[in-house]
Amino acid sequence: MRHALPWLYLMAAFVFIYLPVAVLVLFSFQDGNLPVPPFQGPSLRWYADILGDDDLTGALAHSLLVALGASTLAVVLGFLAAYGLARHILPGSALLRGVLIAPLTVSYLIVGLGLLIVLTRAGLGLSLLTAGIGHVVINLPLAFAIIYASMGAQQQNAERAARDLGADEARVILLITVPMLAPAIAAAFFLSVTLSWDEFIIAFLLTRFDVTLPVEIWSMLRSGLSPRLNAIGSLVFLISVVVVLSVELFFARGRRS
Amino acid sequence: MTQTARGWGFVAPALLWTFAFFILPLIVMGAMSLATLDGRTLVWGLSLANYAELAEKAYLWRAILVSLEITLTVTIVSVLLAYPLAWIIAFRVPKRWQRLTLLLAILPFWTSYVVRSYAWLLVLAREGVVNQTLLNLGLIAEPLTLANTRFATITGFVHFFVMLLTLTIYANLIQLSPNYRRAAMDLGASAFQTFRHVILPLTLPGIVTGAFLTFVLCIGDYVTPQILGGNTELTVPQVIMVQLGRRADFPLASALAIVLMGIVTLAYLACARWLRLDRI
Repeated sequence: MRHALPWLYLMAAFVFIYLPVAVLVLFSFQDGNLPVPPFQGPSLRWYADILGDDDLTGALAHSLLVALGASTLAVVLGFLAAYGLARHILPGSALLRGVLIAPLTVSYLIVGLGLLIVLTRAGLGLSLLTAGIGHVVINLPLAFAIIYASMGAQQQNAERAARDLGADEARVILLITVPMLAPAIAAAFFLSVTLSWDEFIIAFLLTRFDVTLPVEIWSMLRSGLSPRLNAIGSLVFLISVVVVLSVELFFARGRRS
Repeated sequence: MTQTARGWGFVAPALLWTFAFFILPLIVMGAMSLATLDGRTLVWGLSLANYAELAEKAYLWRAILVSLEITLTVTIVSVLLAYPLAWIIAFRVPKRWQRLTLLLAILPFWTSYVVRSYAWLLVLAREGVVNQTLLNLGLIAEPLTLANTRFATITGFVHFFVMLLTLTIYANLIQLSPNYRRAAMDLGASAFQTFRHVILPLTLPGIVTGAFLTFVLCIGDYVTPQILGGNTELTVPQVIMVQLGRRADFPLASALAIVLMGIVTLAYLACARWLRLDRI
């Protein structure tokens, strides 16, 4: 009995963790208008329905655009700052690191609210661009922290060797530092993309006419429970899982070799 | 160009971005919280009227209490549920299955944020799976009201944070050298004593860091209480959104946001001793 207890706990935990996902996916195949028991189906009608919905596919494209754009900028800014702080002696570097990490400790809602006030005061219209600016703010600390943490002495020696052989700083960065840090840079980029394309509150506050997918889902929610929402939710989950698993496999292979 | 000047050149873009789009907005928000509304026009000033309103109006200070109660409950329950789970994965599951088990345990983390709360609504709804199962088993005669309650909000939160905390606590547990446990056992400590006096103190920084993260993310979240909690009681983020929407009362919304930041700062100071934010 004592030995069974951990396994029972593990099973109970998995039931709890997977219960909402299972219900979500199962009733996305519901052949009826309500995603609650009894289950009828399976049917793919709701998937056909959402894939034919221009608002949804448009919102999906907007989400990807914002996520890729904001993540690219966040990783570039984060990399440069990490390089500057790891390779140059700067006064007050601990404080600088603190400032760059600070947005992590503030709620997304507050980041969004602050930007909303400033952008509307400045007379800038809300759009996908303003949502993207907000996403760079929240992704930059993560990108910086991940890349900074992986800057070690090993790369520094290679950089020094390259410099001794006459390479200028730009060449050192592009040919030595970036390739050696590629796993950390890729990890930072993928983490940013997954966080950003799913982010709701900043996108909700900072967009107006063109919206991202979570905002579109939010407005669909107002009309109550529907298998449509199950279908779109399952699809989003599937995409995220594929991305996460391929990143995991990519890194697992990298570790082994 | 000197080395230092070059270094600044690399750090400057990220620093400027953070100043322009994070620090400056927070300063303006702070100033906004001291402004007032005259009808619909904004009057800048140094008025504490918004903060006085927070203390006077019941729906405002009650929101702060509700947020604190929910957040503390969620943080404690999540840690208590996640610790054994992380423990079992780290010490009971065979080595070769550990990574897979952990990956599976946190996979639903990647469901869309809005959709995850909606999925719990389906589970807890009046006609939902839980009620149907209990009815079919004959355990209840009438469907229970589970959705649109504080219970639903807490369940949705705990689900999310158990996954997050399992990951952080697991990372902590496997870093422990097995020698500590062996040494304690050799010296005659029972399994419980080993846990209480050796493992727990060594993993405390990890737990506190995870709990702090949970606290920060939970108290600032609008989506989960809005979808699952119904409108029976409002949390601070919900009240902020109401102020933004209905009356465009930016000063009051800003004051509420400042209070929220104050609470997070207090939580930070309370556990600063054990926090390892650089190791998230």
